[in-house]
Parts: sequence; structure tokens; C-alpha cells
Amino acid sequence: MTAHPLAGDTQTIRARRTGSAESRLLPLALLLPGIAVLLAVIGFPMLYSLYLSFTNYTLTTARSFHFVGLNNYITLLKDPIFWQAFGRTVLFMTLAVNLEFLIGLGIAQLMAKAIRGRGALRTIIMMPMMFAPILVGFMFKWAFNDQVGLVNNILFSLTGRAHIIPWLVDVPLGFIALLVAEIWMSTPFMVIILEAGILSLPVEPFEAAEVDGASGWQKFRMLTLPMVMPFVYTAMAIRSLDLARVYDVVRIMTDGGPGNRTELIWTYVYRLSFSGHNFALGSAMSYVTVIISFLFTWYLFRNVLKSRWEGRQ
Amino acid sequence: MRAALARPQVRDRAGRRRYWTDTARDILLYVIILFFFLPVLWIILTSSRPNIEINARPPVWIPARLDFDSYKILLGMPVPEGAFGMGSQIPFERYAGNSAAIALTSTLCSLILGVLAGYVFARFRFRGKNGVFLSMMLMRAVPGVALSLPLFILFARLGLSDKLAGMIVAYTALNIPFTAWLMDGFFRAIPEELSEAAVIDGCSRWGALVRVDLPLALPGVAASGIFAFLTCWNEFALASVITRTPASRTFPPALYEFTGSFVTDWRGMTAMSVMMLIPSIIFVALVQRQLVQGLASGAMKG
Repeated sequence: MTAHPLAGDTQTIRARRTGSAESRLLPLALLLPGIAVLLAVIGFPMLYSLYLSFTNYTLTTARSFHFVGLNNYITLLKDPIFWQAFGRTVLFMTLAVNLEFLIGLGIAQLMAKAIRGRGALRTIIMMPMMFAPILVGFMFKWAFNDQVGLVNNILFSLTGRAHIIPWLVDVPLGFIALLVAEIWMSTPFMVIILEAGILSLPVEPFEAAEVDGASGWQKFRMLTLPMVMPFVYTAMAIRSLDLARVYDVVRIMTDGGPGNRTELIWTYVYRLSFSGHNFALGSAMSYVTVIISFLFTWYLFRNVLKSRWEGRQ
Repeated sequence: MRAALARPQVRDRAGRRRYWTDTARDILLYVIILFFFLPVLWIILTSSRPNIEINARPPVWIPARLDFDSYKILLGMPVPEGAFGMGSQIPFERYAGNSAAIALTSTLCSLILGVLAGYVFARFRFRGKNGVFLSMMLMRAVPGVALSLPLFILFARLGLSDKLAGMIVAYTALNIPFTAWLMDGFFRAIPEELSEAAVIDGCSRWGALVRVDLPLALPGVAASGIFAFLTCWNEFALASVITRTPASRTFPPALYEFTGSFVTDWRGMTAMSVMMLIPSIIFVALVQRQLVQGLASGAMKG
């Protein structure tokens, strides 16, 4: 940020000078409504679900449930499907966020340099962001259908032979199909943020490099990439958090099946809680996962914060 | 934007070569973007082509004819004899009304609350600021599925389940953290000296926010508004649990109604999807420039 070097100091000085209750109470008054809504709609329900995770609450025993201590947590520790789904979610997240970054950076670089029709291109590239994730799920479920799907049809038209590839059933293929859908849906977000990053770079270093006869690749590698890193970091932090919650697309395309083969954490929790009616175990699993993603969030944002306010030059 | 883009029209060999590499690069970009656009084309085609072509084998690439019967069925308009679809059983206007009321109201609420919070983060120093900011981000990390479990029970007790008000409150909360974060960045990109000058001239802190900072941060408000609107308009996990009947059901869970036990009415589903996309496309097309300029001005940096 390019805040005034003395901005912080003048502010403190002025606060002391006006010294009024206003300057101390105003931030509180402005912040409070938002925090109240967050606590009511997210904080309190999450505490309630923590409480439920220590009981044997199910939809059928909603009136007579009691404490069972750590039973649900012991059950989930011993549940291989939970840990497989957990591992698969982490793998999915890692692959998706890195592929989205690479593809997104490539497109963003091309977009930033595009000469004709940038506004229209930008609107088109943002189309996937406007799709409801559930619609993306339906669309790719159809595209990867083994009998009438778009992918197998294209293969048929190209090769002239019928390919009946069971995309959504096979073990690595199902995972890949989910990955393709997720990448199609979310790369545009990366593109927008990284394009904004590239457009915000100062012009002078590039002109200097031009004079020195640097190649396009050298300019990209030595100038664009390092300078755009703060944007990369932010974009990847946001996407990682979103990917840790991935649900809609998977629910529609495979719903974790067949036989838990493409199960990710939230499809499993949903099935246990609402189809299996086991709210208590579902809450316990939610909690374990949410706490792990909290730690992850905390780690990611601690670094973002450092460069935000503390590093204000 | 970048001065480097404004190339002089050099009429020598290097200039010509440069022209061709630029053109080649643009063409590459168009091809890549086409990949992102194809599914859009697909849902438009599917919604208006003859039903028999949708699941045809071998595939039919070019539709024999196009009609708008599936849209007419959905809107309850008279259709030619023989046209059919599950759309006739779907209360489209009801869903459109619910979706619009929920998305617009909660976008507005989360913008107001998020803008105020973002302003505090950008302009005030107080103890525990980092902690408050971090807690907000943690709230954002709670997934819809995890939240839907306890909210389902609590809303049932409070009489909020299957009510528009319940969905509005829930979506407002979902969008506050990200709005606050974006707005913090947008406000920090505005020189502090401007509002300081206003305060010295006798404006109150609140007056400085409303008269000086807020007008300058409007592109940022538009950008945050897009993200909040799209989240509300498209959210599925919470909506599928809390909106049990057409009384409060929104578009995303309603898409499910086109899937029967044996058949899926792709024509009807894609027709509804296209209509659902129209407001988003208009909204994004209107503010896409402010969105990218706003993000470039510092909201996303670090």
C-alpha cells in the first residue's frame, strides 16, 4: 500500500487532539452490527453443533437424546471412509488450486495484453462464476455421461468408433471429471484477480527492461511474476478455503459414489446427517474438519495480515 | 491502463512482426475463452432444440430446428400441440420472486454491514483488531453443509425454517466477512488525507465516511456487491436444507425438480438455467470494469 508515511501518526495525534468519546466508540458502533449477525447465524449454531456432537442426537430421537461423551469422536477416528474422504479432499484441493493458478495466470497474462475486446472477453470469462455450482454439476454430469455425454460423443466423432468410457464410475476417472468441473468453474476467479494484479504493476520497470533488450519471457519471469505475488497469495488463500468446502458439484456429479469411490468430506457428512439421520456423528465430523480448516485459515491469513497492516510503510 | 499497451504504429519490419505476434496471442486467447464459453452455448442449445436430439446416438451437433417451447411451458404460456416438459409443474414465478427477494435483500444488508466493518479495519487502530479480522475470516471458512445441520434445528425452533426471512439472515451472515475484507482494501487505497481534511474542516468522522470515502469507494462497493449477489443467487447447500417447500425455495434447489426417477428433463432444466443466468450476466457486464479496476487499486494486494 502507498499510504502516507505519517498516516498512522497523524491519526493517533488527531485522535488524541479530538480526544472525544466519538473516536473511541465509533469503530465499535460500526463494527458491532456485522459481528452480531455473524455470531447469531454462524457462531451460535456452531456452538450448538459442538454440543450435539457429544450427544446421540438423531432426527428420530430429537426429543430424547443424552450425552455420550466422546463416542462420536471415537467412531469417526475408526471410520476408514471418513479418513479416505478427508485425504481425497486434501488431494482435490491441492491439485485444483495449483492447476487453477497455472491456467489462471496464463489467461490473465494474455488478457492483460489483449488489444481487442477486453471488456467483452472479461464478461465471457466470468460466465462460469455466474453458474450456480449445482448447474455446473448437472452440466458436467451430462458431459461425462458414458452413453450420451459430450466428451464420449466428441471422441466418437473424432475417431469414428464408439468409446464408452465410464467417466463417472472409474476410480481415477471420476476424480478427474470432478477436477475438470471444478477447474472450469473456478479458474475465472483466479483470472480476474491475477489480471487485476498484472494491470496494477508500475510501467517503469518494464520500459527499462525493454530498453535493456529483455525478452518477453524474461520480463514475465523477472518482473511480472515477483511483483504480482501478493495477488497470487491472496487468490490462492481464498480459493483454498472455498475448495475446503467443496460440495455442490460433487453432490450432483457422483454424490461420492459409486460405493464411496469419489467421496469427499462434505458429501459424506451430508449423507450421514440427513440421509442416515445421524446428526450427532455428522456434527462431530463437521467439527473435526472445520477445526482443521480453521488452523489452515489462521496460517494463511496470518501471513496476509502481516503484509496488510503491520507492514504498512 | 498500461502505457506499454499504447504502441506507436511503427511501420518497419520489427513493428510488423510484433503486430503478428500480438494477433496470434489474441487468437490463442479467443480459443481458450471459447472453451469456457462452450457450456454456455450448450445450455442455450439444449433448452431450445428438439427433445429427441438431446440424448441422440450418434450425436447430433447441429439442431434441426430451434423453438422456445420449454421457456413457454415454464412461464405458463400457451404452447403448440405436443410440446411437453416438467416445467408445467414448476411454480417458476414463485421461485423467481423468492430468489430475487432473498438475493437482493441480503446483498444490500451484507453490503451495509460489511462496508462499515471494512471501514473500521481500514481507518481505525484499536487493540484486538487482528483478532477480530481473523475471527471474521474463520466464520467464512465454515461450510454450508456444516452450518446447515444446526441451522436446520435452530430455525425450526424459531419458526424461521422455510421462511424468506431465515434465508435472508443466513445469506447476509455468509457474505459479511468477504465484503468486509474487500472493502478494507478499497478504503485503504483511498488517501487518508482526504477524509482528514474533511474532519479538519469541521466534518464529523461519520460525515467524512459518508461524504468523502464512500463515494470514492463506490467501484469497490459494486465489486463486493457482485460477489455477494452471485453467492446468494447460486447457493445450494443451505437452501436445499432450509427451504423445504415452494414457499421459500430458490432457483438452485429448484433445478433438482427436473430430475425424475427415470428421466431428466434437460430442456426444462436448461431453460430455467438460462433465465437464471440473465440477471447475473447483466449485473456482471455492467460492473466488470469497476470490478477489475477496483481489485487492481489495492483491494487484493497483500
